Amino acid sequence: MNELHLPWLEMSVLIPLCGAAWVSQLKNRDRARTISIVFSVITLVCAVGEWIDFSTLDSYGAHDHWDVIQAIFHRDVFVIDELSAPLLPLAALLYMTTIMTTLRTKVNRFSFGWTLFSEAVLLATLSCKHPWMIIALLAIAVIPPWLELRHRNQNTNVYLAHMGMFIGLLVVGQFLAGSNSDPTSPPIVAGCLLTAGALIRSGICPLHCWMTDLFEKATFGTALLFVTPMTGAYAVMRLVLPIAPAWALQSIAILSLTTAVYAAGMALVQRDSRRFFCYLFLSHSSLVLVGLEMVTPLGLAGALCVWLSVGISMLGFGLALRSVEARTGRLSLAGFHGLYEHVPFLASMFLLTGLASIGFPGTIGFIGTELLIEGAVEVYPHVGLAIVFATALNGIAVVKAFFHVFTGTRHTASISMGCRWTERVTILLMAILIIGGGLIPQPGVASRYHAARAVLEHRGIVDASQPPIDDDSEHETGLQH
Amino acid sequence: MTVDSTMWYLGRIVVASPAFVLLALGLPMLCNVRLSEKLQSQITKFGVTLGLLAATTILVLMLVTGKRHVPVELGHWVTIEEEHFHFHLKFVFDRLSVPFTILTFILCGTVGAFANVYLHRDAGYQRFFLLYALFLLGMVISSLAGTIETLFFGWELVGLSSALLVAYFHERPGPVRNGHRVWTIYRIADAAFLIAALTMHHLTGAGDFDRMIGKDSWPMGVSAIEPWQALAVGSLLLLAAAGKSGMVPFSGWLPRAMEGPTPSSAVFYGALSVHLGTFLLLRVSPLLAASLTLRILVIVLGLISAVFGSMTSRVQSDVKNALAFASLTQVGIITVEIGLGWYYIALIHMIGHACLRTLQLLRAPSILKDRQMLEDAVGARLDKKKPENAPPPTPFQLWLYQFAMHRGNLDSMLDGWVVRPFLWMFRLFDSFERRWTNFLSGGESRESDRLSPYSDSLEDVI
Repeated sequence: MNELHLPWLEMSVLIPLCGAAWVSQLKNRDRARTISIVFSVITLVCAVGEWIDFSTLDSYGAHDHWDVIQAIFHRDVFVIDELSAPLLPLAALLYMTTIMTTLRTKVNRFSFGWTLFSEAVLLATLSCKHPWMIIALLAIAVIPPWLELRHRNQNTNVYLAHMGMFIGLLVVGQFLAGSNSDPTSPPIVAGCLLTAGALIRSGICPLHCWMTDLFEKATFGTALLFVTPMTGAYAVMRLVLPIAPAWALQSIAILSLTTAVYAAGMALVQRDSRRFFCYLFLSHSSLVLVGLEMVTPLGLAGALCVWLSVGISMLGFGLALRSVEARTGRLSLAGFHGLYEHVPFLASMFLLTGLASIGFPGTIGFIGTELLIEGAVEVYPHVGLAIVFATALNGIAVVKAFFHVFTGTRHTASISMGCRWTERVTILLMAILIIGGGLIPQPGVASRYHAARAVLEHRGIVDASQPPIDDDSEHETGLQH
Repeated sequence: MTVDSTMWYLGRIVVASPAFVLLALGLPMLCNVRLSEKLQSQITKFGVTLGLLAATTILVLMLVTGKRHVPVELGHWVTIEEEHFHFHLKFVFDRLSVPFTILTFILCGTVGAFANVYLHRDAGYQRFFLLYALFLLGMVISSLAGTIETLFFGWELVGLSSALLVAYFHERPGPVRNGHRVWTIYRIADAAFLIAALTMHHLTGAGDFDRMIGKDSWPMGVSAIEPWQALAVGSLLLLAAAGKSGMVPFSGWLPRAMEGPTPSSAVFYGALSVHLGTFLLLRVSPLLAASLTLRILVIVLGLISAVFGSMTSRVQSDVKNALAFASLTQVGIITVEIGLGWYYIALIHMIGHACLRTLQLLRAPSILKDRQMLEDAVGARLDKKKPENAPPPTPFQLWLYQFAMHRGNLDSMLDGWVVRPFLWMFRLFDSFERRWTNFLSGGESRESDRLSPYSDSLEDVI
């Protein structure tokens, strides 16, 4: 296996872990916040370094240079491939921007130590390919939000019931699957259990209530960081995709699609901004699952593109909402708040990221959504129509929320509600990623398509040595097949 | 430099000029830099004038050289060779797109100049011109689109900018609700458009207009698809056009759109945006010709919209609403003309109507002053005298009056048949979820239930 030029992966995991240990000792919350920002920025640099380094190798997989864990245990624990390479910087970006946009009003509620710990666990999960390690790390990641709920004296029954089921199903499923399973001789029961576990973590309907409950009871930042990395989808890619037959995955896609439409409809009737965000995110993450489960190069490439675009756009959307909440308190969508004049920057960010999430032309989500629809239509022609319906509903919901939060009345403020510099930097970074990715989509699409083919080659669906099946029709534009 | 290469460069300028305006106005806003009104106005003037000059030069070159179809390829935006997936940007200059583009530049230029004075020192001046630039770009892309995806790109930009401009006076709930209504109708129209595009891809294997409407220049193209295929795709496109042009049953958004500032009402809903649906029908006219049933559908929809618009406009008490429904009447007639195959008449009608309506809407704020000036000039009152022995209205006339007064109850019909059942269903699901989480939690599980719509803000607490 190829080697990276530096131990990027180990550093990406170790740095936030050290940061967590340091920050948890600090009593001064402002200092804790500053140190957390520094550690999260360094982690992001390492994650980006890993991505750049990996892309220069032109290889499907790679492990660290000076791999300490391999030297001790004689096993490649941290390995990246084309699938996970861009997910690491995305995850690091997610944590860095969340920490940076945490205002002083929230520092006493938001635990920086546990946040950095969660970051380390998440990066380790994304750097890992071994099924048992992934399951163990997914189980560990459940703990920090649970501790926070306990700390806030909130009822944890809903969360624990679902997460317990999720971990239990993964453990039993993986135990039954063994290590020699493949799509040609699929262990049906094991595959079903693993899929069910991953789908619970992804919040697939009707087992999604833990997600709305988490947004109700945890801090917005913690809930955002727990769901936005889409580790459920990652579990599907690592645990289910290698062993499940295509027909089974494509059948599950219908369930994901139902969730996408259901969640989009639910987003429209929510009166609480956090619940609204939760359903909107659920709808988008379900669309990613739809593409993953299509098991076609185009559908998979679309899903991987949407994974990144939804990750970035929903992160920005959530952060904008969180920043507004930090100034006004929890927002109801039953009335108008008219905050535009006070926070025009956040309003622009809210609208831009919301539109990017629905695949608005010129934003990062546009081409990914087109590919996803194209890939879905290829397998189930009517499914593509449902995706269009879901995105239409999401679009209506996004603009409705924008109007309710930022317009409709004149808000009188006696204190300045302007953005802090950390928020400005985050907004600009998001805007650059969203518009830049939207105007120059080719590198991202090519990379994700390559990753999709590599994944399918490993499943034995696509033969790398064979050119793709050619038919007479030349597909001139994005939506056709 | 050959004529072809000249036209290729000019074509790029036509598309690039509104993009430049958007960039020049949007980037400083993103960086929190406030441009002066004068600078914004100059940037807009420059972009519109440049685009107009380039488009006019192309028209002249086309007339001189006799070319009727000038494609401008900008290459593949996205390509996956292995899957034959290409998203290429292609613009077409022909007898349909060039007049419509020139019209767009002229009307947008006029309204830009008007708005510069009308919105002088208004708090939303910068926001207006940013949305204006977005609209202009969307219109130019839609007009010149050579593929259905490119058209969809522009179509979406027009939709977003229009909805946000309806909600321009966003400190009041009325315009905001209306803006959201317009956006919702547009999203339905967009979904229909996208599904039409998907269906077309499956039927023809491509999104390029050449395959759907033939390779001959507009309007000579002949569609190669079967009548039932044309009916399937065409019906969806007709639905999209009806939504965008405010035809029946979507007419309810037209008066709502008048909540926006007068300049945007004039150029967007009175002149350009409202014609985008009919422009789409003109663009796919060979598809309409392939199915008699589809043509009949187009004619019927046009007729209903025209009659409805004519009736409704007569009883409106507000000049902008009266003009909005008068626009619908003309849009309906234009749709009938398209259904009958009179494409050039429809195009001329569209251009003439757009110019007239812009003028009327721009003068609308001054209509009382105009009237007084006219009365002073004539030296008499302009009111018509009511006949002394006029018969009382019949029950049917009264019903018709009420029907027109209530705008056909189209909005309440849509609310009652679509919106409310939809919301009722999802609220029911929401209550099921509440019961489920309450059951798991062993008590109340939703903190957000205690949230009041206008809760105290944090600063009040401090």
